[in-house]
Amino acid sequence: MNAMTRDWIEIGLLTDIPKEGARVVKTPAGCVALFRTGEDEVFALDDRCPHKGGPLSQGIVHGRFVTCPLHNWVFDLATGLAQGADEGAVATTPARVEGGRVYLARSVLARRAADD
Amino acid sequence: MRQKLVIIGNGMAPGRMLEHLFELAPDLYEITIFNAEPRVNYDRIMLSPVLSGEKTFEDIVIHGDGWYIRNGITLYKGHRITAIDRAARTVTSDQGATAAYDRLIIATGSVPFILPVPGADLKGVISYRDLDDVDAMLLAAQSRETAVVIGGGLLGLEAAAGLKARGMDVTVLHVMPSLMERQLDPAAGYLLQRSLEARGIKVMTRAKTQALLPDAQGKVRAVALQDGTEVPATLVVMAAGIRPNAALGRLAGLEVNRGIVVDAHMRSSDPSIYSLGECAEVGGQVYGLVAPLYEMARVLAGELAREVTGAEPAPFVHQDTPTKLKVTGIDLFSVGDFADGDDREEIVLRDASAGIYKRLILKDNRIIGSVLFGDTGDAAWFTDLKKKATDVTDLRDTLIFGQAYQGGAALDPTAAVAALADDAEICGCNGVCKGTIVSAITAKGLTTLEEVRAHTKASASCGSCTGLVEKVMQLTLGDRFQAQAVKPMCGCTTHSHDDVRRLIKAKQLKSIPAVMQELGWSSSGGCAKCRPALNYYLVADWPGEYEDDYQSRFINERVHANIQKDGTYSVVPRMWGGMTSAAELRAIADVVDKFAIPAVKVTGGQRIDMLGVKKEDLPAVWEDLGKAGFVSGHAYAKGLRTVKTCVGSDWCRFGTQDSTGLGIRLEKFLWGSWTPAKVKLAVSGCPRNCAEATCKDVGVICVDSGFEIHFAGAAGLDIKGTDVLGLVPSEDEAVETITALIQMYREQGHYLERIYKWAKRIGHDEVRRQIMDDRDRRRAYFDRFVQSQAFAQTDPWSERVSGKDKHEFRPMAVLGLEAAE
Ligand SMILES: Cc1cc2nc3c(=O)[nH]c(=O)nc-3n(C[C@H](O)[C@H](O)[C@H](O)COP(=O)(O)OP(=O)(O)OC[C@H]3O[C@@H](n4cnc5c(N)ncnc54)[C@H](O)[C@@H]3O)c2cc1C
Ligand code: SF4
Ligand code: SF4
Ligand code: FES
Repeated sequence: MNAMTRDWIEIGLLTDIPKEGARVVKTPAGCVALFRTGEDEVFALDDRCPHKGGPLSQGIVHGRFVTCPLHNWVFDLATGLAQGADEGAVATTPARVEGGRVYLARSVLARRAADD
Repeated sequence: MRQKLVIIGNGMAPGRMLEHLFELAPDLYEITIFNAEPRVNYDRIMLSPVLSGEKTFEDIVIHGDGWYIRNGITLYKGHRITAIDRAARTVTSDQGATAAYDRLIIATGSVPFILPVPGADLKGVISYRDLDDVDAMLLAAQSRETAVVIGGGLLGLEAAAGLKARGMDVTVLHVMPSLMERQLDPAAGYLLQRSLEARGIKVMTRAKTQALLPDAQGKVRAVALQDGTEVPATLVVMAAGIRPNAALGRLAGLEVNRGIVVDAHMRSSDPSIYSLGECAEVGGQVYGLVAPLYEMARVLAGELAREVTGAEPAPFVHQDTPTKLKVTGIDLFSVGDFADGDDREEIVLRDASAGIYKRLILKDNRIIGSVLFGDTGDAAWFTDLKKKATDVTDLRDTLIFGQAYQGGAALDPTAAVAALADDAEICGCNGVCKGTIVSAITAKGLTTLEEVRAHTKASASCGSCTGLVEKVMQLTLGDRFQAQAVKPMCGCTTHSHDDVRRLIKAKQLKSIPAVMQELGWSSSGGCAKCRPALNYYLVADWPGEYEDDYQSRFINERVHANIQKDGTYSVVPRMWGGMTSAAELRAIADVVDKFAIPAVKVTGGQRIDMLGVKKEDLPAVWEDLGKAGFVSGHAYAKGLRTVKTCVGSDWCRFGTQDSTGLGIRLEKFLWGSWTPAKVKLAVSGCPRNCAEATCKDVGVICVDSGFEIHFAGAAGLDIKGTDVLGLVPSEDEAVETITALIQMYREQGHYLERIYKWAKRIGHDEVRRQIMDDRDRRRAYFDRFVQSQAFAQTDPWSERVSGKDKHEFRPMAVLGLEAAE
């Protein structure tokens, strides 16, 4: 419990995020997209597509992937890696669900803004 | 004593006839020719190169003076025959010369058609038929002023190109929607227009000439169009068509229809008089190109030589004649029948960047027409296959690439592609050449079309080069490549769109997971391609039962605004039928100020677009707009977007019906239900079509007798004029018909397939049959649409202002630096 408060920040309820959807968490270093899959797993990725900066939180979530709304690059939510032929990666932040609540690793605050 | 043969007219047809006659029976006749033009026989076809300066008149003479002398022909130059005395068997010219004949040939060609408009006889207005016209144009061109050519057919365009080459400022006015519409399909007509425009020739289509206006000296100064436009001109060339010059036949009491009526051996109703060339009508047809005239020449020569040869010549038979435009640098060819039709198939090859368009029209596996633009190298071969009615089943795969690609015994559809150089462009949209595709395949071990698309973007845009890309893959991969027979909806399934739609109904599948389960999807949650498609199919097929899955919608349809490149949104409120008011405009202005919206733009669909709105601001923006009475304009929806209208009978002096009212009524009735792709309508109050209804998904042209309903137009990546669905007498029927059409499309279209593509796939006649001919079916479609609307017509903006989907517009949490403590 102690470790929990020191390393993790509580963000909100799992049900705040739509199934197969995403919500945005604003941080001083830019937005983080919090994804919830159909299986209720939660992943956190920088909300900024490495292609041309598209907001990944606005994409369609399918399986463990999200498709960027601007030009359809597909990213693996677990690794942040672009799929198929596209090359690139999005920074991920550890996230966890416990007791119906969603937590983000405190390191989210230490991360550097992607490139803005 | 030799028989006397007299010929009236010294054009290309009798010239060719005489050549044949001299071969068959050199000394049979004593020949006299009268020609109104004061010159020998020349190649009229080549006047255009003379006009443009590429040739001189001497270059195009067919029979010089010496030829007439050698063959003992008496040629009266500059003599127009004004009378034929059939009883006395004599002809008389306007210069008073008279000649007796045993046999007479009338070969007076055609006269240009002069539009019956005021001012057609002004100075500076000429036609394009003979060398005198060319001389007049060359004189006028010295002024380097402005020329207008009336008529966008072969003659008009050649005149325009010639005048342009001589330094004039040239505008072509064409009354039809696309150039050379009798020889070209609209796609080729469009390419042609583009290449003319690229040469600085201005082209105005649907331009109806109303009058030619004089200056103070009685010389032409402008062309006035029916829509009120005035196009300035110091020279006007009328090239609006030709009419057979059958006046002499009429005068002499011969049987004359459109032309002088002759049988298949060129005999007129008087046994001693023949006719050939453009003035003759054979089998109900008159001709305006030399190929059939040359055929007439062969027949007539055989007929005249019969007593020497003892043989009756083979009769004249009709042949389609190919058309080529002789403008240097523009390669264009068309032959035969190229209308769309249920019993026809077509093969199309487009290479937008190279400006190549080829289309073959097949019926029962035989070529019945072809249109070639940009690369006409195989014109002869295609024409030959058409003429011989060759069954092309075995050539089909490679046919469009032309003869060079047809191997000996074994036909290899990849040979064509194999023969291409590495730098040959395969995908025009994305500029991908063959070498790029081959090296991507080898370097990255690609084996499927999807992979090749992903890595190279080849065929990833308009997709028309998919076949070529597959052939490149086949060449590179050999047996490892398997082209798919059905095109699957996406990588998650082997079923095509059609299969999926069919199975959803047949197996009563009512949710996305059910579809994926029952139809064996290979991925767990589908992908961004199939999910929205499935969601749409389920919404459309089970209205009221299936609950829309928002997470399967593209972001625009989830937040009811259009995402922009920087992640902001654009907002377009509805303006019914494009009408607005001071109060509405004021409300928009206030919103723009209040939310510091950076850009405001008028859209092509007669709406106002506010660009650059932050996502968080959307509900507040909508709230303010809602207070002024605005609802969502669905500018983001695969659904009814806009109904564009003109001011119609309310204001316009030409309006025949209340086009604005009908547009508003349609928009209010149709908005809401989702469709496979966006749907745009327009209603014009008269055929002047100010609302541009004939390039919309559905268009209405009001006429005195009712409402002409058009469909299947496009004006985006593809350009296509609409087809007429039918004419209905009342507004009510117009609404019912259009609604039924849209419902039919909702039930059958593939996701993202616009109406014109859907209609092409299932056939325009089929649409007409179901909507216009089958009243019960039309009504049933209409009723099903109304049922769907019961669940669809809720304004998404006001729903969201009152709290729906709040989560979409607010961050889940805002972490400040203090949280780091
Ligand atoms: C600019 C231009 C470009 C063309 N391009 C093509 C093309 O690319 N391909 C193609 O196939 N076709 C083309 N054509 C059409 C082709 O030239 C005609 O089909 C062909 O020349 C018609 O031949 P004809 O013998 O019937 O008549 P014409 O060649 O018109 O000859 C008729 C002659 O009869 C004379 N005449 C008329 N009345 C009298 C009278 N009462 N007494 C005495 N003489 C009289 C006229 O002065 C004229 O010289 C073109 C035509 C023009 C004008
Ligand atoms: S289309 Fe409409 S605005 Fe244009 S002329 Fe006809 S009625 Fe008038
Ligand atoms: S034409 Fe349309 S899609 Fe292309 S840049 Fe303009 S707005 Fe965007
Ligand atoms: S910005 Fe994400 S795919 Fe282009």
